[in-house]
Amino acid sequence: MKKLINAPEAVVADALAGLAAAHPELSVDVERRFVHRAAHAATAGKVALVSGGGSGHEPLHAGFVGPGMLDAACAGEVFTSPVPDQMLAAAQATQAGAGVLFLVKNYTGDVLNFQMAAELLEDEGIESRSVLINDDVAVEDSLYTAGRRGTGATLFAEKIAGALAERGADLPSVAAMAARVNAESRSFGIALGPCTTPAAGRPGFELGEDEIELGIGIHGEPGRRRAPMAPAAELAEAAVDAICADLDFTGETIAMVNGMGASPLLELYVVYNEVDKALKSRGISIARNLVGNYVTSLDMPGFSVTLCRADGDLLELWDAPVRTPALRWGM
Amino acid sequence: MNAEHAGDEAGFDVGVLLAWIDRVAVAVERDKDRLTDLDAAIGDGDHGTNLNRGFTTVRAALEAKPPQYPGAVLVQVGSTLISSVGGASGPLYGTLFRRMGKALGEAEKVGPQDLAAAFAAGLEGLRKLGGASVGDKTMVDVLTPAITALDEALADGASAARAFELAADAAEAAALATIPLRARKGRASYLGERSEGHEDPGGASCALLWRALADTLAGGGAGTGAGAGAEAEATDR
Repeated sequence: MKKLINAPEAVVADALAGLAAAHPELSVDVERRFVHRAAHAATAGKVALVSGGGSGHEPLHAGFVGPGMLDAACAGEVFTSPVPDQMLAAAQATQAGAGVLFLVKNYTGDVLNFQMAAELLEDEGIESRSVLINDDVAVEDSLYTAGRRGTGATLFAEKIAGALAERGADLPSVAAMAARVNAESRSFGIALGPCTTPAAGRPGFELGEDEIELGIGIHGEPGRRRAPMAPAAELAEAAVDAICADLDFTGETIAMVNGMGASPLLELYVVYNEVDKALKSRGISIARNLVGNYVTSLDMPGFSVTLCRADGDLLELWDAPVRTPALRWGM
Repeated sequence: MNAEHAGDEAGFDVGVLLAWIDRVAVAVERDKDRLTDLDAAIGDGDHGTNLNRGFTTVRAALEAKPPQYPGAVLVQVGSTLISSVGGASGPLYGTLFRRMGKALGEAEKVGPQDLAAAFAAGLEGLRKLGGASVGDKTMVDVLTPAITALDEALADGASAARAFELAADAAEAAALATIPLRARKGRASYLGERSEGHEDPGGASCALLWRALADTLAGGGAGTGAGAGAEAEATDR
């Protein structure tokens, strides 16, 4: 498998160095592998929003660091959670006396490492809260699984809670808002093919020319089941159906049609059109939308749909100014 | 030759523990592709790579700052794994080793019963952190029967070398016994019934720990880092 890399073991550090070169408004610690706003002193007294996770989901998370969204993001190895030391360093670099909110995607590794980081931070006398993101309806949520995965709702929580933090809200309020966005959001993903990690050099699973995986996560793992390939209208309907069977979305929503990394925007807009129709037929309207590659799985072809029930105050926070490498409006 | 000495009252010193960890590092490096392939089937295909990165860092850390007693070896191993591995296996293996090290305390020498008690403390820490029970298709499925086999062999009066050999046999059998299970913890649980029919990668790496320990106490040379092994034999006498 051909990749635009120098060496598999250097890919994360090289990409962080590239991010630093491209975005002087960010401060990138390539050695300790975290990214934060360069002009951080200006935000004294603000709750620090820190997220992070395995690399391979770009622009998540480092692409969402900046005014109106995250204060810092930690980059792990590809598809591997960062370590507590990174999270601690990121929190120490950005906390401004109002505490730290960790936004954690619900994967065992991320949960355990952020938990350890929170304990280390407590030893330093810095207050923190953690909010788990678990929006993926493809996973049966029960005591007998690791619970639902965190996927597209992570972006929604980072944007909306980030806007609230920017207004000077306190830690409990910002944490409650992130938890609320998560509770109002659901996602479902479909892969047309596998992805290939730089270290492995070969695809994580094999899929026939006419097969797709339904209910995939964002780590190249197989989904819940295989099905025959179908027109975009049917795939969009399958995703919307799974999401709406889990939560009543009647009313206004924020909708994201997210590319998994290797599906062209041309196709994502075809899917968005079908999602729009599938939602309208259910009495659901899209108040705001995103179409593009936001929470990816390396070079996987496919898409995910994320919906968030959004009333007036969520929409107002969504519309608030944001300036990050991958999301910017209003400033 | 140290088989006879292994269970004697003198116990194991810091050199034996270092030799064990060295053997684990060698075994993880040797088996990293197998562990990664197991993980690719039901996880995300990086278990061997991540663990190998961790134990490579562990070797360097132990060399840079040599611990002075057995418990300190394992605490340092655990802390280094937490700081270098990431994912779920970093905190889980890190906690296992740290708890074991703390259970051994600051004793200059530790006996087989002390190691058995340390494994039990490590398992308790692991279960508390990860929340897994026997049958969830995790490391717990391998640690639990290995500790039981060790306790039973020691109670029956087996030599330390024999007891840890029986424990390693139990660990390897338990790793294979995870194949038919449906995962209920970790990333493999997302697959539901599709996780059945595959060996748990964490269970497989856990069995390597036990075999490495049995080989260390038997004084065998196969596939080991010769330097640390020889040093361990020297200090064990």
